[in-house]
Amino acid sequence: MNRIQQAFEKKGKKLNIYFTAGYPALDSTVPMLKSLATAGADLIEIGMPFSDPLADGPVIQQSSTVALQNGMNMRVLFTQLKDIRQEIPETPILLMGYLNPVMQFGVENFCREAAAAGVDGVILPDLPLDDYVDEYQEIFRRYNLKPVFLITPQTAEARIRRIDELTDSFLYLVSGPGTTGGANTQAAGVQEAYFQRIEAMQLRNPRLIGFGIADKASFQQACQYAEGAIIGSALIKALDGADDAPAAAARFVSSVLN
Amino acid sequence: MTTYKEPTARGYYGQFGGAFIPEMLYPNVEELRDNYLNILADPEFQREYQMLLRDFVGRPTPLFEAKRLSKKYNTRIFLKREDLCHTGAHKVNNTVGQILLAQRLGKTRIIAETGAGQHGVATATVCALMGMECIVYMGSVDMERQRPNVERMRLLGAEVRPATSGSQTLKDATNEAIRDWISNPVDTHYIIGSVVGPHPYPDLVARLQAIISEEMRKQLLEKTGSELPQYVVACVGGGSNAAGAFYHFLDEPSVKLVAVEAAGHGITSGHSAATSVLGKPGIIHGSRTLLMQDEDGQITEPYSLSAGLDYPGIGPLHAYLAAEGRAQFISIEDEQALRAVAECSRLEGIIPALETAHALAALGQLGAGPDDVVVINLSGRGDKDLETYMKYADSIQ
Repeated sequence: MNRIQQAFEKKGKKLNIYFTAGYPALDSTVPMLKSLATAGADLIEIGMPFSDPLADGPVIQQSSTVALQNGMNMRVLFTQLKDIRQEIPETPILLMGYLNPVMQFGVENFCREAAAAGVDGVILPDLPLDDYVDEYQEIFRRYNLKPVFLITPQTAEARIRRIDELTDSFLYLVSGPGTTGGANTQAAGVQEAYFQRIEAMQLRNPRLIGFGIADKASFQQACQYAEGAIIGSALIKALDGADDAPAAAARFVSSVLN
Repeated sequence: MTTYKEPTARGYYGQFGGAFIPEMLYPNVEELRDNYLNILADPEFQREYQMLLRDFVGRPTPLFEAKRLSKKYNTRIFLKREDLCHTGAHKVNNTVGQILLAQRLGKTRIIAETGAGQHGVATATVCALMGMECIVYMGSVDMERQRPNVERMRLLGAEVRPATSGSQTLKDATNEAIRDWISNPVDTHYIIGSVVGPHPYPDLVARLQAIISEEMRKQLLEKTGSELPQYVVACVGGGSNAAGAFYHFLDEPSVKLVAVEAAGHGITSGHSAATSVLGKPGIIHGSRTLLMQDEDGQITEPYSLSAGLDYPGIGPLHAYLAAEGRAQFISIEDEQALRAVAECSRLEGIIPALETAHALAALGQLGAGPDDVVVINLSGRGDKDLETYMKYADSIQ
C-alpha cells in the first residue's frame, strides 16, 4: 500500500493543499511543506512552475512567474526535497505541473529523482491518457509513482471508468468549467448532480474535488460528495503580503479545518 | 509513396503533433476530431463554403506574374494574391470554413486568438456575417502595435480582450483563448488561426487553407503550361499560409518548398522567432512540435518586428517538413523584411504585409535560375503595418 492509499485509510475528510515550489521565495519550498503537514494537510501537492500553465487561473500563473524569476527549476526542486522524508515521513506528496518541463528533464530522470525524494504521485494535466498508457505507464510503475487524472463534468462515463482503472491513488474531480481559482458560476443543482452522478458510479478510487474550493464553507460543501477536497489558489492568496509565509499557510489550513 | 499531407489518426506528423490537452478540453477536441472530416466532405458544407469563398472572400485570387521583380532576380516570379482576399489576408479562408463547421456542431459563441490582428479581423468578419457572438484575445503589446485592426474588430461587433500575461503577444493570446475554452466547454467553438494547437486543428486549418495551392496549380497550368513550379515560398509564424501554399505540392518531390521564418534582430541576437533553428521538440498549445524554450523547458519569448510571426513554435506539419528536409527553412531579419516591403511596393505596386515581406526578402537566397518558376504566397496586404513602415522609413529608403 502506498502513502496515498494509507492516507485514505484514515478516518475523516481529506484536505489536499497545493502550493507552488519556490514561492514566495526560492527556499520557501521545504518550510512550506513542513508547515502545511504540521497544520494538518492530509496530502500536499507541490506545483512545478511553468511559463505557460494553461489549466491555471491568474493566482497560480502569478505564483509560477515569481517562482521562475526566483530561479526555481526541476534540479533545484529535487535538491530541496532530498531529505524531506526525514522531516515528513507520512504525508503523501505529489508533484503537479505541465508535461514540457518534465519532457526536457527526461521522463525517466524525473521519475527516478521524484521516487528518490519520496514523492508519491504526479499530476500532469496536459498528459493525455493514451500517451500516458503508451509511453509513460511502464516508467511510472517502475518507480512506484502514482499518476492522478482529472475528471470534469463533461468527461464521458466510459472514460471515467477507464481513468479509474488506470489509477491507484485518487481521482481529481474538477468542480466545474474553468481554470484553477475560479468562482463557481454554475446554476444551483448542476454541480450537485455531477458529484452525485460520479458518486453513484461506485468507483474503485477515492475522489477529491478541486478548482474553486477556497475556504471552510466550500471545503465542507465539497466533502459532502467526496472523500475530501483540494485547495490551491486560495492558499497562495493567503500568502500575499505575509512576512512569514509558512506561518500564514498554517493559519490558512487551520481556518479550513477548524 | 510517402505522404506529408495526412497526419496519423492521433494527429502525428512523424514525431510531431498529437493532442496534449487538459481533460477539461478533451470533450471539445474529441467532438471536433470525430466530426471535422465528415463535415468537410459533406456536399452541403462544400456548396456553402465554395459559395462564400467566391462571393464573400473574392476567390479565386489572381496569380500575378511579377515581371519587374522577375527581371531583378533573373527568374520567373509569380505572386499568389492572397492580399486581395476580403479582409486583406489569407486568414479568412480558414475562418469561413470554421464558422460553417461551428454552426454544424451547434455552437453559438466563437473565440479566437490573434497576433497581427488579421485572424481576429477575419474571425470577427465571419461572426458578423453569421450573427454569432465573437470574442478575440490579443496580446496587449500587439493591440498597441496593430491598433487599426483592433478598431476593425470592434466595428465588426467583436469584443477584443487584452492578454496581459507573459510577453503579451500571440502566445499569451492563445493561452487566454484556451483558458476561455476550458471555462466555456459547451457552447463555444475556438477558431484557431494557424496550423497549430491540438489535433485536429493543424490538419483542419491546413485543409481549409489548401484552396491556395489548389488554385495555384490550375493557374500555373494556364500561365506556364505546367501545374508544377520549381519553388513555392511562404512566410511561417505558426504556418497557415505556408501550409495552404504547400499543401497540394507536398507530395510532388520536384517542387522545392521554402519556409521563411522571422530572424528578428538576428538568429544569435536573443531577439528572434526563427523556431526551426532555435527550437527543439517540446509541447506548446497542445501540440508536440519544435519550440523555443530554455533548458528547463520554459517557453521563451520570441521576437519579430512583425506581430504575425513572433510565435515560439511552428505547426507540427512544418516541424516534420523541417526534420525530413522536405522544406528548406530560411530566416530573414527585420531590416531585410523592411527593405523587401519597399522593393515590392516600388517594383510591383503592391504594398505587402510585414509578415509577407519576409517571404519576398528570401528571393535573393533561393538560387533560382532564369527558367525556373517561383511562386511567392503574397499572404497579406500592408495597410495594417503603415504605422510601422512610417516609423522605420529610414530602413525602407
